[in-house]
This record gives sequence, C-alpha cells and structure tokens, in this order.
Amino acid sequence: MRAWRHGTAFPIALVAVGQHAQSALDPAGPQGDRFIGLWWLSLAISVAVFVLVVIALLVAALRRRHEPVAVEPVVAPEPAGERSLGRVVNAAVAVTVVLLFVWLVASVRTGRAYTSLRAAGSARAPVEVTITGHQWWWEIEYPDTNPSLRVTTANELHVPVGRPVVLKMTSTDVIHSFWAPNLGGKRDLIPGHVTTMWFQADTPGVYRAQCAEFCGYQHAHMALMVVAEPAGRFRAWLAAQRQPAAPPTDSLRARGERVFLGADCTLCHSIAGTPAGGRQGPDLTHVGSRLTLAAGTLPNTRRNLAGWIVDPQSTKPGSLMPQNPLGSEDLQALISYLEGLR
Amino acid sequence: MRDGSAARAATVSVEPALEERRLEKEHEALDEQWRTPPGFAGWLISTDHKSIAVRYIVTAFSFFILGGINAAIMRLQLARPDAHVVGPDLYNQLFTVHGSTMMFLFAVPVMTAFGLYFVPLMIGTRNVAFPRLNNYGYYVYLTGALLLWGAFLLNIGPDTGWFSYPPLSGPEFAPGKRVDIWAQMITFTEIAALVTAIQIIVTVFKQRAPGMSLGRMPLFVWAELVVAFMIVFAMPAVMLDSSYLAIDRLIGTHFFNPAEGGDVLLHQHLFWFFGHPEVYIIFIPALGMVSAIVETFARRPIFGHTAMVLSMIATGFVAFGLWVHHMFATSLPQLGEGFFTAASTMIAIPSGVQIFCWIATIWSGRPRLRVPMLWVIGFVILFVIGGLTGVMIASVPFDLQVHDTYFIVAHFHYVLIGGSVFPLFGAFYYWYPKLTGRMLSETLGKWNFWLFFIGFNVTFFPMHLLGLEGMPRRVYTYPASMGWGELNLLASIGAPIIVASVVVFLVNVWVSRRRGALAGENPWDAPTLEWATSSPPASYAFAHIPVVHGRTPLWDTRDELPVVTGLRSDCREVLVTDLLDAEPDHRYGQAGPSVWPFALAVATAVGIIASIFTPWGTPVGVVLATIALTGWVWPKGRERRELLAGERL
Repeated sequence: MRAWRHGTAFPIALVAVGQHAQSALDPAGPQGDRFIGLWWLSLAISVAVFVLVVIALLVAALRRRHEPVAVEPVVAPEPAGERSLGRVVNAAVAVTVVLLFVWLVASVRTGRAYTSLRAAGSARAPVEVTITGHQWWWEIEYPDTNPSLRVTTANELHVPVGRPVVLKMTSTDVIHSFWAPNLGGKRDLIPGHVTTMWFQADTPGVYRAQCAEFCGYQHAHMALMVVAEPAGRFRAWLAAQRQPAAPPTDSLRARGERVFLGADCTLCHSIAGTPAGGRQGPDLTHVGSRLTLAAGTLPNTRRNLAGWIVDPQSTKPGSLMPQNPLGSEDLQALISYLEGLR
Repeated sequence: MRDGSAARAATVSVEPALEERRLEKEHEALDEQWRTPPGFAGWLISTDHKSIAVRYIVTAFSFFILGGINAAIMRLQLARPDAHVVGPDLYNQLFTVHGSTMMFLFAVPVMTAFGLYFVPLMIGTRNVAFPRLNNYGYYVYLTGALLLWGAFLLNIGPDTGWFSYPPLSGPEFAPGKRVDIWAQMITFTEIAALVTAIQIIVTVFKQRAPGMSLGRMPLFVWAELVVAFMIVFAMPAVMLDSSYLAIDRLIGTHFFNPAEGGDVLLHQHLFWFFGHPEVYIIFIPALGMVSAIVETFARRPIFGHTAMVLSMIATGFVAFGLWVHHMFATSLPQLGEGFFTAASTMIAIPSGVQIFCWIATIWSGRPRLRVPMLWVIGFVILFVIGGLTGVMIASVPFDLQVHDTYFIVAHFHYVLIGGSVFPLFGAFYYWYPKLTGRMLSETLGKWNFWLFFIGFNVTFFPMHLLGLEGMPRRVYTYPASMGWGELNLLASIGAPIIVASVVVFLVNVWVSRRRGALAGENPWDAPTLEWATSSPPASYAFAHIPVVHGRTPLWDTRDELPVVTGLRSDCREVLVTDLLDAEPDHRYGQAGPSVWPFALAVATAVGIIASIFTPWGTPVGVVLATIALTGWVWPKGRERRELLAGERL
C-alpha cells in the first residue's frame, strides 16, 4: 500500500499509511533522491568487490583439492612466485584505495548538495518549524513574530511541497531523533542543544517519521506524520490552525467540554479558547483534524479515541497519560467534543 | 646472550636411556613447582595462565549462550507485528543485557583469554608476567558478570541500551539502580581488561624465547599485543565516563545535566572514544586467529607477514580516530564530519591488505580444508559484507539515513559475528586439541559450521533491507501496516538455526572431551611453539625454553627443537629476554599461588557494589583493598627475596 499521493481530497480515514511511507528507498524530495544515488553507487561497488573477493577466495581454496596432499610445508616459497603474488596483492590494494577514494568524493559531493539546500533555502523564505521532543510525542510549533499567529500542534508536521523547510529541534527530556526516511536523513533532538535540519518535499503525500534514538519504554510508539501538500492547502491548514477552538455547537459537545474542563485533562493539555492550559501533553486545540492519535500509534477514529482516553496504558504502556475511568455517557460526549475540534 | 651464556644453548643429545630418566626427574621437579594445588582452594589461588584462561573461556562462552538466549527471545517478539511475547520493559532489558553481555562479558574477555592461554605458549615461556594479577582479573570479571546477570534475573536489569545515553540513563529518567548496575559492571570488566592487557604487554615484551625477535613473532601474538595497547588507551575513557554517570546518579554531580551546565554529548564522546576501539579490540585478535589457521592449513608461512603486522598496527591507530561516526546525527561541523568520514573509510585499507594476503597465502599454498579453514572461509565472506556496509556508513549522508536502524544492526552483526565469532569458532576447532588433548569431531564441526553460516545469513541479511525500509532499532514492536512483518519473520526463522548450530557445537565439545581422537603434540603439523608442548600442556609448558631461528619454528627445525637449559627447576623461574631481539637478559623467579589476589578481588567487589548504593562504598572499598594489597606485597623471607631477585645473565 502506497502513501497517499497527488490526491485532491485529503481523506482523514486514510491513515493506515503503509509500506514505503517510511522508506529510504522511495524518496520524495531532493535529500532522499541524493541518498538513493549514493545507495546505488555503493551497492554497485560493493557487489563487484564482494563477487571478486569471494571468487578469488574460493578458487584459491579449491583449485588444488584434487592434488595429493602435500606432507611437508613450504617454509621458503619460491621468490619468483612470491614476487608475482606481491604484484597482484599490490594491485588489489591499489584498486581498493581508488574505489575508497571514489566513494569519499561521492560522499563529500552529496554532503555538499545537502548543504546547498540550506544555502539556497535561506534565500527562498523557508518554512521554519520548531520541534520539541517529549517522551513519547512530538510538539510542533510554527513560530511567528506575532504571538497570536503562532501555531502549536503535535505529532503532525504539515509542509508545502517544493519549498525548503528548516526544523529547529530540541528536547525537554531525553534524546530523540527525527527521521523521515523518504525526505532525507535524521537529526537528533538533544536537551540543551538546538539542532537544525533542512529538507524539502517535492511529491505531495503523507510520510511517516519515527523516533530513531532509543528514548525509553515507548520508543517504538513515537511516530509523526509529515503531510506534504500544495502551497494553497498548506496556507489554508495553517490559517485554520491559528484559530482557537470553536465553541461547542450542540448540547452533547457542550457536555463533552464540561467533562474535559472538569476532569484531570486540563492539567496536561491545552485547548486554545478554553481555560485548559496544561503544557505536559499535546495541544488539543485541533485534535479532531489530526490523522493519528498517540504519536502515530492509532488512526484517529472515534473508537480509538475512546479506547485511548479510557485506557492509554494498554496501547502504550508506560505512557505518561493516566487511565480515565469515565461513565459511558460522559465518554461519548467527550469524544464528540474532541472530534469536533477540527 | 652475553658473557658466555651461549654455552647453555645446546641441543639436548646425551645417551638416550639415561637422558630419559634425568628428564623425567626434571619434569617431576618442574611440575612440583608449577602445578596448581589440588581442590577448590587450589582453584581459588591458582596462578597458572592456562587454567585461568580456560576459566575465562568457559565463563565467556556461557555468557555467549545467555546473551544468545536474550537475542532469541527478542526474535520471538519481533517475528510478528504487534506481538505480546514480552512487554517494553522486559524487551528493553533484553537488548541492553544482550549488547552488554556480548560486548563486555563475552567478546572482549574471550579474545583476551585466548591470548592469556596461547601468547605465553607461542612465545615459549612458562607463564604470564604477573600471574597473581591474572587470577585477580578473572574474579573481578566474574563478579561484574554475575552482577549484571543477577540483576537481570531479578528483573532489575539495565534497560537503557549498551551505550546508555544520558539523560535517559541519568537520575531523572532512570530511577532505581538499573543503570548503576550497568555502570559498575563496566567498571569491573574495565579493571579485568586492563589487568589482562598489562600482562600481555609485559609477557610479550620481556619473556619471548631467545631468538624470537619482534620480527619473528607469530601474528596472533602481534594481534594480542596491539589489542593490549588499545585496551590501555581506550579503557580510561570509558572509566571516566561510567564514573561520571555513576556519580551523577549517586551524589548528584552534573557532568551530563544540561540544566546545570553539563552536556549529554560529553558522554557520547567519552563512550565512543572507547566504544569504537572496542570493536577493533574484539576484531584484531580474530585476525591473529585467522592468520594462525591459514598458515597451518595452507602449509606455508603467511604471505606478507610484515604487511600484516603493519596493517594490524595501523588498524589499532586509526580505530581511535573514528568515534564520531557514531554521532553523525548529533549535528557536527562539516569539516569534522569530513575528517571522520575519511578516517572511517581509510580503515578499510588495512583490512583489505590482510584479506588479500590471506587469499594470496591460500592461493600459493596447498590448502587443507579442515573445519578450522571452513570457519576462515565463512569469516572472509561475511566480513567482506560487513566491511563493505561499514564503508557505506562512513559516509555522512548515507549514515544519516541508516543510523540507528536495522541496517546498522545487520552491519555490526556481520562484522562482529562474521568478523570475530567465526574466527573464534575456527580457533576453537584449531586449538581444542591443545586445550584438551583430543580432537573435535570433523563431521559435527561441519554441521556446526553450515548451520551457523546459513542461520546467520537468514537472520541478519534481511535486516539490511528492514533498515532501508525504515525500521529503527530498539523498538519492541511495530505495526502490521509498516510491511516489515515478512522480513522480520524470516530473520526470526534464522535464529533457531543458529541455536541448533550452537547445540551441535556443545555436543561436539562434550562428546569429544571424552571420546575424541587423541591429538598428540602437534596434530595439524602447525609451525608455532604452542604445538611443541604436550596436549594439554604440562603445568610448566616447556621443560627447556626453546630457541627460535625463524617465524615458523616447528617448520624451520623439523627434527628437534633447539633449547636453552639452565633455568632452575626448584622454583618458578622464567627467562627474561630483551625487547627487540629477545636476547636472554636474566632469570626471574615468579610468585606462586596466593590467596591475596582473591582477597583483593573480594575487596574490589565490596567497594564497587557498595558504591551502587552509598558513597561510602568507595572509602570502604579502598580500606579493604589496602588491607588485601598489604597482604599481597608483605615482605617475604630472605630466601624468597633472593629467588625473586633473579640472576642477570
């Protein structure tokens, strides 16, 4: 199953992002492309070297197997034979050195090309995004000089296609690592440091990124969706994200809001436009619009949302979110409310 | 040999019957001096390098099996997506204990243990230079090993990975004692490794048989020497590192705490400054083993002996310039990246030289394809794969994709298992007759080899692809939708094949121990001095110290080995020779069995383990260790002092 590509509509249900949505072999941007070039070059050299060495080894080992076993070892081999053997070994070493040099040059050139995006990107008004790593989710901010235009979301990175993106990353707890294989390499999120990473998505689609540096119990469930969309759609998304949460329109959702504000939820979660202002967990202002729950762990469906709220520990043992035993009516109201936060 | 001592060098050739009786008496006298006292007490105080090395080998191999069981459980968990064989807590302990066991409790100790056994025999001496220290080292290692596994079996095993990056391993995110146990296990194995390294360096430099100049030293001895120096330079870095981590956790220092001006990357630099040389510390002895096997079975001296030596030394040096390639994803200046890429690429050159020289040796020799050679051939094939992926990941843009993924897991298992465990099995088949006096079964050996070779590739080859397809390492599960299920299942199918291979190996060792063909002194007609001793070697190894005239002493002199006489047989005397040319310098009476090394090991253990729980552990340990050391060096009687003073030749 391929990642969603080139579509016009953005079906929320399509979150079962499958094979190749997180693969270095299926690049969707210039960085990923350059890696593929390097991969094929190294694979070609490696296969050639491997085949030659193994053939030489097997021929050397087997070419005299039918001759009678020599009893006496050869203590002083013939000088002439040794010399010609020496020439072959020297030639093989020389070829090795040349191949390694070719590889070194290819690597440095690719490294430069990576940097050229940074050089060119600065001139082309890159999209700047701040990512903060948490155990085990990603806090994502689109900074703006005007504080009211800042956007805070979680576990979903929207970027416009064809434009450089610069990620400024850090962590508040342990070291994490951002890795979206289709879009390029990885970069660590290190407490006490700010690391930057440049990439560009050329093909629209949903790509999966995953934490690559072991970060504790739920390292396995710390993913992130990268949504690369045409510039217009991206602008529209950003504009929508800047809005505070819409007030509930029906009584069910109003009850849901009361449940949310009356429970422990607000200790950790924020919903802009309400008194909820916790910063320990993901911002939920537009949680209904997201593709996944629990950092890429579950598709964002009503059923999954209910399960996650009531018993997060069965899906993600060790997660910092506690169990929330809610009555069934309260739960249904809460889910309707959260679903409505789009 | 100065002032007339050359007269002592003579081939023994007196009247046969008389001579035989005289020799027998001399052997009895020597054994009286050198043998380990019987019973459990003797085992505790032994200073015989052979018995201590065998203990090391057996212990290390037991931990290889335990670490393998960790791995098998992990493969069971990963065989299917979303599996629930184990939870995240146990899984994290499994891979941490697996990695720590294989690196610290199996690979390094087993490689140096082969050195402890065979270096003295290959250079023609009767024991290592500091025999009591040897005993101490073993108990320190054993305590560290039991500490780690005791904790794991109590379900409080470390769970932050074998390189335990802070802050995840720091006081805030890793409460409890798990990481402290890990850090102190490092301290134990560090001490043991350093102690072994010092013994090997001094033994090689000062106790070589007369005539064995550095240029005539067997390649295995060179390998162990290079590794010993690497241990001396690498271990202090990790000692600092594990100590910083331990005291950050114990008394709240802030070496790794960014909130108080510490830096988490400091740990990574210190750890990998040790950690990268560490993999070569495991790998270089394997090169020595391969050279020993190839030489014997190709029936000719190794082609390019000098190039081989220089390659090993070059590898030892360059290994210290690679550590940052474990940290490419942490953001480095480009010039720095370039340097470490170049160094990481460069280390392929000495490896290439050695592989070409072995192939040249086999090509121009008359190879006999016995079981040790099969392992060597398997080694070359797998190591070339691991080496090539190693060159790939030396490149920064390449590494940024595959770093911390299953591609890396595949890579390092190819270099560590292919590059070290295969030669180790080969070495075991090669030297088992020397260790026990009996041959291992060739038929079982072939089963052992083929099952391992096939199982290994089935397990680890698919991991390359898994990494490229986006699977990070150290995840306890993965969703079915990622499409990693089939390749993971394939990898998990390989695991039982490897288990079967190891079972065959154990059966072979068990059965051959009693029923294997008798080996005699030199069953393979090998050229190096360890084969001039009986199998297993007598407690004193050589009744007379051999004299060496070339690189392949047992091939150079086919009839009788020239020897020097004149070492006393009424005390533990060894011949000390000079560093470059191994000219006899003086005789030296070695210390015999003593209980103090064991007492010091107990003091060390009390101090280190107590300091997991309280800062008082250190002073208490120091006091106890001082008492034990005082006992160790307490002045002996006059006669004993004279013996120890030796005699200059």
